[in-house]
Amino acid sequence: MTDIIEFKNVSKSFGTLRVLEDFDFKVRKGEKVTLIGPSGSGKSTVLRILMTLEPFQDGSITIDGTSYHQPGGKGPFKANARHLFDIRKRVGMLFQHFNLFPHMTVLRNITEAPVSVLKLSRAEADERARELLSMVGLEDKASSFPAQLSGGQQQRVAIARALAMRPSVLLFDEPTSALDPELVGEVLNVIRKLAAEHDLTMLMVTHEMRFAREISDRVCMFDRGKIVEEGRPSELLVRPSHPRTVSFLGAVLGEGVGGLGDDGDQADPARAEKPPGPRGDTKLFAAG
Amino acid sequence: MGVWTAYFEYLSVGIEATVVVWTISFISAVVIAFVVGVVRFQQVPVLRHVAFVYVEIFRGTSLLVQLFWLYFSLPLIGYSVSPMTAACLGLALNSGAYGSEIVRGALTAVSRDQFEAATALNFNSTQTLLKIVLPQAVVEMVPPFGNLGILVLKDTALVSMISIADVAFRAQQLRTMTYDSANIYMVTLMIYFTLALVVMLIGKLAERYVKPSFQRTPLLALGAMR
Ligand SMILES: Nc1ncnc2c1ncn2[C@@H]1O[C@H](COP(=O)(O)OP(=O)(O)OP(=O)(O)O)[C@@H](O)[C@H]1O
Ligand SMILES: [Mg+2]
Repeated sequence: MTDIIEFKNVSKSFGTLRVLEDFDFKVRKGEKVTLIGPSGSGKSTVLRILMTLEPFQDGSITIDGTSYHQPGGKGPFKANARHLFDIRKRVGMLFQHFNLFPHMTVLRNITEAPVSVLKLSRAEADERARELLSMVGLEDKASSFPAQLSGGQQQRVAIARALAMRPSVLLFDEPTSALDPELVGEVLNVIRKLAAEHDLTMLMVTHEMRFAREISDRVCMFDRGKIVEEGRPSELLVRPSHPRTVSFLGAVLGEGVGGLGDDGDQADPARAEKPPGPRGDTKLFAAG
Repeated sequence: MGVWTAYFEYLSVGIEATVVVWTISFISAVVIAFVVGVVRFQQVPVLRHVAFVYVEIFRGTSLLVQLFWLYFSLPLIGYSVSPMTAACLGLALNSGAYGSEIVRGALTAVSRDQFEAATALNFNSTQTLLKIVLPQAVVEMVPPFGNLGILVLKDTALVSMISIADVAFRAQQLRTMTYDSANIYMVTLMIYFTLALVVMLIGKLAERYVKPSFQRTPLLALGAMR
């Protein structure tokens, strides 16, 4: 399989704060990768750079053959409008706070970009939007406004909205961490379905370890802007070897021993609805 | 009471001029405000500096002086303008400067998240402005523009100084004829207040109009007009 994303020697600072330094990272087409790590370690920054929401200082990034590099900082960020357009065409992103457009109905949220950016006809965009809405289980909410939906429903609309642009890479930045616990499951179910049915490349930051284990091909442990350990979730999450991973997983899972043991049972709505059985494991993890 | 009716009849001749000056200058002010506010918000090269200077000059000097300047000084450099043109131009430029800050403030208040979502969906900056940011910002602009409308109405009284025969002008005329200032200005005040109520009502209707339908409350349930 070919690489769809490649970071080469990327450095990124906010003022004097060095967040990424000589960062190298590759993702293969169709791969589902989860980024974990402590707060401030640079996980969101990696996604935001890919989405072109943050400029970076050194190095280069290649997305699906289009490479993108910024010698000397800000310049090309604006100068390369055409170039950025090509990158954004391939990449979509889900945000922690959904970021739906509050003045548009659900349907309009989903169709606006396909109509304005991809130049689909209104009818075509509407039809596709309705398909996507039924995929996320919200076909009856087409004419509601975001403020009339629960957080879980809003995030599902946001997923439909991102998919309407037919990205080949989808980025998730803690898609469920702003949700009430009882709403997490419905969003994870949609993401799970996406992972199973589409050849979408998925890059996800999440603290839902059990979910990460279930759907990812690879888990990368971040610490201070570096990937300190990576591997299959069945190994990294169960038998972490780097001390930072051990202590991080220990803290997240609330266990002294660290690691996501096969018998360690946490309150996890996703698990309640569909336990990560051996079927899911073999199917998804075999790809890695 | 009889004298009030008589005064009203005399003063009401000026209502037309007041309404015409208000309508032309307020509509022009809103247009100027949007153009200047957007130019400053988008930081359009060169134009943003022009916009900055314009706003600071017209906010920083008095309207009366601006009106006199347009009416008396422009002819000196070869541009003769009618009193009506000077009045509307002066009020529009003055209120447009204030209005542009309303526009810029409301655009700035739109959350960064909205811009990021728009970028992630590949909207270009014009589309982002027109489809995502402005529609949200307009909702926030309408109440302060309603206020500005009332301020402009009150400011129209100054155009009587450059010989526009508006309500304030008629009041002055009446005063030189009867010297009954107390009653004349009582009626004048009521006329301006009634006009202000109309402007306020237009503002409330506009507020209702720009809100998404699910947030609309019946007009009469608005309670105290804020
Ligand atoms: N816009 C910004 N300006 C200044 N510093 C920033 C900015 N965004 C992020 N940072 C800093 O960069 C570092 C990495 O941030 P990032 O958001 O990538 O971390 P993260 O791994 O996603 O953390 P979290 O789990 O808390 O979301 C942090 O130290 C953060 O404070
Ligand atoms: Mg983050």
